[in-house]
Amino acid sequence: MESYDIVIVGGGPAGLAAALAAKKKGVRSILILERDRELGGILNQCIHNGFGLHTFQEELTGPEYAARFAAQVKQEGIAFLLNTMVMDISPDQVVTAMNSEEGLFQISAKAVILAMGCRERPRGALNIPGYRPAGIFSAGTAQRLVNIEGYLPGREVVILGSGDIGLIMARRMTLEGAKVKVVAELLPYSGGLKRNIVQCLNDYGIPLKLSHTVVDIQGKERVTGVTLAKVDENRNPIPGTEETYACDTLLLSCGLVPENELSKGIGVLMNPVTLGPVVNESFQTSVEGVFACGNVLHVHDLVDFVSQEAASAGESAAEYVLGGCSLKKEGPNFQVKAQGGVRYTVPSSIRYDGKRQQQTIRFRVGDVYKNHFISVYLNGRRLIHKKRQIMAPGEMEELNFDLNWISDCPGGGEIRITLEEA
Amino acid sequence: MERKELICIGCPMGCLMSVELEDGHVTAVTGNTCKRGDAYARKEVTNPTRIVTSTVRVRGGQHPVVSVKTSKDIPKDMIGACMKALKEIEAKAPVKIGDVIVADIAGTGADVVATKEVGE
Repeated sequence: MESYDIVIVGGGPAGLAAALAAKKKGVRSILILERDRELGGILNQCIHNGFGLHTFQEELTGPEYAARFAAQVKQEGIAFLLNTMVMDISPDQVVTAMNSEEGLFQISAKAVILAMGCRERPRGALNIPGYRPAGIFSAGTAQRLVNIEGYLPGREVVILGSGDIGLIMARRMTLEGAKVKVVAELLPYSGGLKRNIVQCLNDYGIPLKLSHTVVDIQGKERVTGVTLAKVDENRNPIPGTEETYACDTLLLSCGLVPENELSKGIGVLMNPVTLGPVVNESFQTSVEGVFACGNVLHVHDLVDFVSQEAASAGESAAEYVLGGCSLKKEGPNFQVKAQGGVRYTVPSSIRYDGKRQQQTIRFRVGDVYKNHFISVYLNGRRLIHKKRQIMAPGEMEELNFDLNWISDCPGGGEIRITLEEA
Repeated sequence: MERKELICIGCPMGCLMSVELEDGHVTAVTGNTCKRGDAYARKEVTNPTRIVTSTVRVRGGQHPVVSVKTSKDIPKDMIGACMKALKEIEAKAPVKIGDVIVADIAGTGADVVATKEVGE
């Protein structure tokens, strides 16, 4: 069996940044496994601009951002296999994969970095009534068809869900000559960026119907129409508010779910809120030697933050491998708890090792909060009390925790992050 | 006096702003919370511009299309003309990132450049 120090599952932005960071730390034996025909992951189909403002201080398109990382990976001579699907990872880090050249094969690794990204929530998970005709796509599938395969999947379009991919596709389909009739959103607010609402919908006169959902899909062979209805505060359709739109295509942009089939196979502990693995300050999961980063861990809004997070995970995996398969951390341990409007935190625990000064804690809030404070308590003592004009579920929050604060808590304890009213 | 309403794109606040214009000149911006909103509103009502991104057909390439963008932002009302011109274009493989696919697209002064590599 071939063996590598670090095997990275997924060659998207997380996998590439993790590989580069591990290499920089001195790990020579790294392998990236990618199921697509090229490196870069989902960025290759995100041809719009706005990527990389934090990383490169310029606005790049998705393919350009991916190409910069892929070029560095090639320049560093990091090994990668394309068109290769990972089937299984065992708890002792034997990776079973397959491709059309080598068939089924196994690779042993000292450390595995999970970087499989996320998937769109499919129709089956949404409980939409109606027939199952052709013409229903996830927004990301439509994006791939238009931007990579060169097909326009429909002419008259209704979009359910106002996530960023749905908004981006409303503009993209319009520019390619399709008529996007309406975007319906179940919630009373859009999860998409304001910039996308203005530049993808308002610029083209596409209406956004908040608190609306699909109650019927017409057509047997191909979609012929979609019926929307207004929903009440419990998200139940209100009878009498139905409106039918003639169309041949329904795009679904109803949220992203971390892709953790492989992670569950290893047996890592999962976080029921993020649907990603539970990780500590080193991005290590509950199984030693298995690390996770990027959208497989929790869904991000900005690829720049994926790259940063993945680089940290790559460095930790390198420390683990170079330290003889141990992170050699023996200091006090702190649980990080999300409370009062904070839905989750990454990481879920922080072990103090005296080496680092700062720990980035990322989290999301569950509702739109105006003029609230982000407060951080260490064993009941408030350390951070920072006012924010607005926080929204669609925007990941980040705070820097000064690790010197926990140096005088030898017994460990609890770091609690909560929102407080002004 | 003319009045235009617009939503700020600076942050999730999404302030609803109102701009007053006199002979095409901005005389007042209200509803914004910070100075980013003021600057955005003044530009957006007098000279709205956008970077346009799209795809162009490729002949003899590994992939059927190549992604492209305008090298700088172009007037918003030129987006349609830009897209129309791109429909007529076919690039020839190999294409490298930054290759000029169309120079001075629709007379905007912006070039359309490739954002992805497509091999033969």
